Amino acid sequence: MERTEAELIAAVLKGDAASFEPLVEQYSPRVFATARRYARRESEVEDIVQEVWLKAFNKLSSFRGDAPFEHWLMRLAVRTCYDFLRGHQRNRETTFSELSEPETDWLDRFVAQPESADEHADAARQLIERALEQMSPAARLVITLLEIEDRSVKEISELTGWSGTLVKVRAFRARAEMRKILARLARDKYL
Amino acid sequence: MNLDQLQQKLMAAARVQPPSDRVPYAFEKRIVARLRVGATADLGAFWARALWRAAAPCVAISLALGAWTAFAPASSVSDEDIAQVFEQTMLATVDHSEETW
Repeated sequence: MERTEAELIAAVLKGDAASFEPLVEQYSPRVFATARRYARRESEVEDIVQEVWLKAFNKLSSFRGDAPFEHWLMRLAVRTCYDFLRGHQRNRETTFSELSEPETDWLDRFVAQPESADEHADAARQLIERALEQMSPAARLVITLLEIEDRSVKEISELTGWSGTLVKVRAFRARAEMRKILARLARDKYL
Repeated sequence: MNLDQLQQKLMAAARVQPPSDRVPYAFEKRIVARLRVGATADLGAFWARALWRAAAPCVAISLALGAWTAFAPASSVSDEDIAQVFEQTMLATVDHSEETW
């Protein structure tokens, strides 16, 4: 008979580490998808996810069970991703001068006829990744959660531990930062 | 170039192409193996931490007792009396056992 999530957690807390495996198996896809929003290299993604699960194991006694385990885990995942961004912000020195050919083509198409630039194109995704990589950690996190994952201020506040006001302030700054980065892209490429 | 429109397009691109949720083969097994190794190491770390934490209070207690012994006012009982009382206390059991033998 398959054990419930609560039973698995209780077993882990009693010292049965093997009971943690079904939890890792069930929720790893979500944690991987989250980590891939913030790290590009697969080795970095794996490091982040591994850290999330190690933290989850060590802090499992703080899980009260009044909210779903998944919510608690995603809070840990988002905070670990934020720590990762803060720790690696100096390594992210990409510029728009080294755009690939498909990215340049996509931009040219957008400039000529904005509607014709397909948002399903890989080039568009690579461009937004480049732009996000140039943002500060807090701005990148908030814009990803708010604009890309379409989460509410309340949800972001719960995930990050920031107050609602701080989320709004950081979202405002993040949008301004993004506009500045795109303005630089336009200047570097077309002026 | 319309930057607002470009921003909207790029954000839409990020929304419509979510990252993959693929998990590497046997990832969960790797995590559990790591946790088991970590748990063994943690037990050693726990003792090391506990002993280090206990070291400071032990030193403090030793110093306090040393200071108390050195600076405590001299007792009215002489050293010879103390020695006698000590000997009586230590040998009380033996004396008692000899009587009941």
